[in-house]
Amino acid sequence: MFEHVLSAFLALKANKIRAALTMLGVVIGVLAVTLLVGVGDGARIYLDEQISGLGTNLMTIVPGRRETRGFGPPAGNIARPLVMEDIQALERQGSLLRGISPMVMGGGAVRFKGRTRDTMILGVGPAFSDLRNMHVDRGSFVREEDVDSRRRVCVLGRTIVKELFGDENPLGQTVRLADGRFRVVGLMEERGTSLGFDLNDLVFIPVTAAMDLFNQDHLTQILTAARSKEDAPAASEEVEQILARRRNGERTFTIQSQDDLLKTFGALTGAMTLMLLAIASISLVVGGIGIMNIMLVSVRERTREIGVRRAVGATKSDILWQFLLESVVISSTGGGIGLALGASIVLALKRFAPSVPVALSPWIAAVAFGSSFVVGVLSGVVPARRAAELDPVEALRYE
Amino acid sequence: MSDATDALAIGEPLMVLDGIHRRFMMGDEEVRALRGVSFTITKGEYVCIIGPSGSGKSTMMYLLGCLDTPSEGTYELAGYEVSELGDEELAALRNKYIGFVFQAFNLIPRTTTVDNVALPLRYAGVGIGERRRRAAQALERVGLGHRLDHTPDRLSGGERQRVAIARAIVTKPELLLCDEPTGNLDSRVGAEITRLFEELNHDMGVTVVIVTHDPNLAKRARRNIKLVDGQMVYDGPPQEGK
Repeated sequence: MFEHVLSAFLALKANKIRAALTMLGVVIGVLAVTLLVGVGDGARIYLDEQISGLGTNLMTIVPGRRETRGFGPPAGNIARPLVMEDIQALERQGSLLRGISPMVMGGGAVRFKGRTRDTMILGVGPAFSDLRNMHVDRGSFVREEDVDSRRRVCVLGRTIVKELFGDENPLGQTVRLADGRFRVVGLMEERGTSLGFDLNDLVFIPVTAAMDLFNQDHLTQILTAARSKEDAPAASEEVEQILARRRNGERTFTIQSQDDLLKTFGALTGAMTLMLLAIASISLVVGGIGIMNIMLVSVRERTREIGVRRAVGATKSDILWQFLLESVVISSTGGGIGLALGASIVLALKRFAPSVPVALSPWIAAVAFGSSFVVGVLSGVVPARRAAELDPVEALRYE
Repeated sequence: MSDATDALAIGEPLMVLDGIHRRFMMGDEEVRALRGVSFTITKGEYVCIIGPSGSGKSTMMYLLGCLDTPSEGTYELAGYEVSELGDEELAALRNKYIGFVFQAFNLIPRTTTVDNVALPLRYAGVGIGERRRRAAQALERVGLGHRLDHTPDRLSGGERQRVAIARAIVTKPELLLCDEPTGNLDSRVGAEITRLFEELNHDMGVTVVIVTHDPNLAKRARRNIKLVDGQMVYDGPPQEGK
């Protein structure tokens, strides 16, 4: 076998330019596979990180019955909305939950000394901070007593602080939120964007104050989390039972877990990666056809050589292996070069353009190299068989 | 086929042909290239097979070289009945017992002389270092020890044929089978090549069988076999004036 590989390399060395041109198709094919799968994988890892960055083992309870995948009907006009009593019930009866925060969401303008910014206002409970991994930098977050006494206090995100206060210290100042006046008690730490959403452009107020402000008595959603990953399914079950009991067994709410979200996005990015892989495979197939074509030409051109080899003692299978391995060596070498180029580009992107989400996982390397090997075998079989089946006498007479 | 132990002694029969027929189909027509040829060549002989074109010389050459098998009749080479052997055994038989020299040299292009010469050893399973060493020796023997790393396109016709002869003798075969070896060479170079065959025949004891219509080549052989229309019409020492 070593002999065959050796002579395959010798034959390629004897025909450098042709070998290089033949390789080019596979080089480009494998390069495309590496890059496109790198982009797909990068997107998947990016989404995973973003979703995991929201917190761990999170569950969101929304009113209404809906499938866990996709986006349901708009909130409001729900027969049995979520209310504060649900929170109390969960707090009393839930044994597997790490914290429970009611949430009321609304939009509104924040005003301070004539400056205004439209933003998102979140009515939350104290548990929100730990659940969502969003903490105050200065001052304090919404506290239990703030919720209990419907206190008009607020915690501001970084962007709002920058826009409204500039260098001024906002702590203790009073801002206008929609129609109400709120005292600033805390400033959130710097957070990036998540899935295109600016986490610094938020105002937090006690959930009770938010219900007053927006004049509603139900919650937009409830945020909670399982104690651990292992507890997650049981915790979800527990929440479901507690809430259903308060609704005479009717499940007029939906629990969405972070896992569901991860799975949804995972399926999405997985499909995207597969599609990209399919597109890249086309160029690999084209590269393979190129090899087959050149190998067929090569067999014809080297008919005399095949005759001579047979005359000096080569068997049919010697000839078969010779041409098959030439094809495999061309293709694998092309694959190796394509992989090296693709990997360099991915690594260069990671280094010089970190905002582009690309990734280089070992399986790409295996797939790229493996597929170039397979392409080599497939495109070599027909020419190699043709070479092996040549009649030595005919081959020697061939002009 | 084991090594060297079954080497023949001078005078023992190397090739025994008995009632050889070879027929081909050319379209719908049957061509009878050989029609009942029988002869024996013993080890150490120097034979020219002569005859006009179309006489069956080439067919005879491919049969003797085990590249083809007879339609009828038997051919024994070194005791092996050729028609009974399969592809792998025939390949091994050619590799071990026969060295080919062609009119068109048939060297592998873009490959150094030493690797060209080493080619048969590769199929004999000899390692690359050893086969280059033996190839260099063979090239030395044909007077091309200084041209090891040349590719064929940089050699003259005579040199190319010497490389081909080196390739033919590198396995130390019993039989040197030559097809018009001087056909592409001018007469001076042709004479040199002829002399080389005579030396190899004399020094190595290798049996030389040359298929040719070159009378200069034929008359220097000790035995001529003449084919006409697929039949043997003469077998004996070279005839003067022919």
